[in-house]
Amino acid sequence: MLADKDRIYTNLYGFEPFNLEYAKKRGDWDGTAKIIKKGRDWIIEEMKKSGLRGRGGAGFPTGMKWSFMPKEVTDRPHYLVINADESEPGTCKDREIMRHDPHKLIEGALLAGFAMQAHHAYIYIRGEFVHEGSELVRAIEEARAAGLLGKNAAKSGWDFDVTLHRGAGAYICGEETALLESLEGKKGQPRNKPPFPAMAGLYSCPTTINNVETIASVPDILKRGGGWFASFGKDEKNTGTKLFCISGHVNTPCVVEEEMGIPMKELIEKHAGGVRGGWDNLKAVIPGGSSCPILPKNICDTVLMDFDSLREVQSGLGTAGLIVMDQSTDVIYAIARLSHFYMHESCGQCTPCREGTGWMWRVMMRLVQGNADIEEIDMLLDVCSEVEGHTICAHGDASAWPIQGLMRHFRDEVEQRILDYKKAA
Amino acid sequence: MKKSDALNASFQPENFEFTDSKAVDKIIARYPKGRQASAIMPLLDLAQRQVAETGPFGDLPTGGGWIPRAAMDEIANIVDVPPIKVYEVATFYSMYNLEPVGKYLVQLCTTTPCWLCGSADVVNACKDHLGINLWQTTEDGYFTLMEVECLGACTNAPMVQINDLYYEDLTAERMVAILDSLKQDRIPEAGPQNGRNKSMAITGPTTLEEQAKKAGVA
Repeated sequence: MLADKDRIYTNLYGFEPFNLEYAKKRGDWDGTAKIIKKGRDWIIEEMKKSGLRGRGGAGFPTGMKWSFMPKEVTDRPHYLVINADESEPGTCKDREIMRHDPHKLIEGALLAGFAMQAHHAYIYIRGEFVHEGSELVRAIEEARAAGLLGKNAAKSGWDFDVTLHRGAGAYICGEETALLESLEGKKGQPRNKPPFPAMAGLYSCPTTINNVETIASVPDILKRGGGWFASFGKDEKNTGTKLFCISGHVNTPCVVEEEMGIPMKELIEKHAGGVRGGWDNLKAVIPGGSSCPILPKNICDTVLMDFDSLREVQSGLGTAGLIVMDQSTDVIYAIARLSHFYMHESCGQCTPCREGTGWMWRVMMRLVQGNADIEEIDMLLDVCSEVEGHTICAHGDASAWPIQGLMRHFRDEVEQRILDYKKAA
Repeated sequence: MKKSDALNASFQPENFEFTDSKAVDKIIARYPKGRQASAIMPLLDLAQRQVAETGPFGDLPTGGGWIPRAAMDEIANIVDVPPIKVYEVATFYSMYNLEPVGKYLVQLCTTTPCWLCGSADVVNACKDHLGINLWQTTEDGYFTLMEVECLGACTNAPMVQINDLYYEDLTAERMVAILDSLKQDRIPEAGPQNGRNKSMAITGPTTLEEQAKKAGVA
């Protein structure tokens, strides 16, 4: 188990006030200028050394992402945009950072902003997080008043400011280009790529979009060294510490910081009080937020919680939001409810997703009853593959994955329900 | 459940003006010159909050915040875009209410993590206690029930959002008690309703031993 001294989020549960006075006692804003004096090449190198992969779900190496920004600033300013649109079902980690450790995020924004030559960061927070947003604004104002933001921020020689922008209820705005559209005052409909945001992002200017947890991890990584962060984890591609959210049928659901690559069983038993009714009462786990395909118990017995281990079992770490289901669960409805989510949240831009997600939900709801023919399972999978990969953004893919996961591991159950329905009819 | 015909409905007031012009200016100043369209979303939010504060238009019952079409036109005017650009945004996002809602807007999360933890009981408790269905408002104008998608508090499921506040770790009984309290305009304390601290395990922290001791939690 990760030792307490190696945890980044020491105020995860809000034991202390979030404010600057206490944040400084916790080590925030300590030596920020000194790090900046080491230069942007050093920062990016150290980030690469840390092996940090984006914590928003896709797991793209952070240092490499930053290095895609143009080396020279032309007439178009550079922007850092922080994705705080946390909406993936099963995920509630960025919320804890924003309400209990906002100064880590703001300090991280300055360091990241400097590294990519941005003078301004926008934090896009989901509109429902009213409380988290107001805590964050208070922290930003505190930082400004203390000279940690603004001209010569934290006496670093770099001018930097942060602005909070509130969303208004749209999961799709967690997709980075939809987020940019929304920030520009439009409907949150994803853009075609290329051009990638590093070339033409916010207001057509070079932009990097990072998740809250990614940016909030930056100060600790740079202060303790990329090597420190990389010393945790399963291997050099799955490093560091990670916030896990454990929900569903566990005895003590919680958010907790653990080492990347911890066995799923250990994570659930140590921190979430185990599965309701004991480990043998486990039916399935969605390991990384709703988009990641569901895993049956026999895989959960041994699987490790990191990007590549979960990819090997045809799922993913995603946002590390585990949704645990015990034997009493109607696993078909559990997935059907996610299909409803994807239908509701489709932005409507691409036909396969707009039409397909509704189609998937309607078939899934018939499968919940068993009111279908066995052949329709393959027809549904066929529709999934017609949607997957045929849309501008990954929302279409994400709507297909839960259904594909269900059929991969629980097809028997779906078929049995159809047979039972026919028998009863 | 957006009804775009609400924009032409009879309850729409003729005019709308922002009462706090300083707040409007402050919002616009957050964005670079020439990019004032970025202010559309925060201004819609400001309009909705103003309606909630100033109360109803005409003979509508007491209510919560919503955005009259006249407010959208005013925003279009302020940020200098065609009105349709504002209508598009207002109809796209789920948090903008296009028609009057109750004073207490109860948004019930029923997505899988909440459903696993009993959100159906919470929904039924609300429906039974208030005598209305989802998407309806009580006759006294106090409560509107809405089903929403994941609100991002999954380790504290089941949960609901009432106006700006999250009520977490709910049971049907606790939900009814919250509704009763709101009916008397007493706002119960938000957050976990089972005595637990934030998103920490209810049995106590499994990490951060020293910090917990210092805070007197462990």
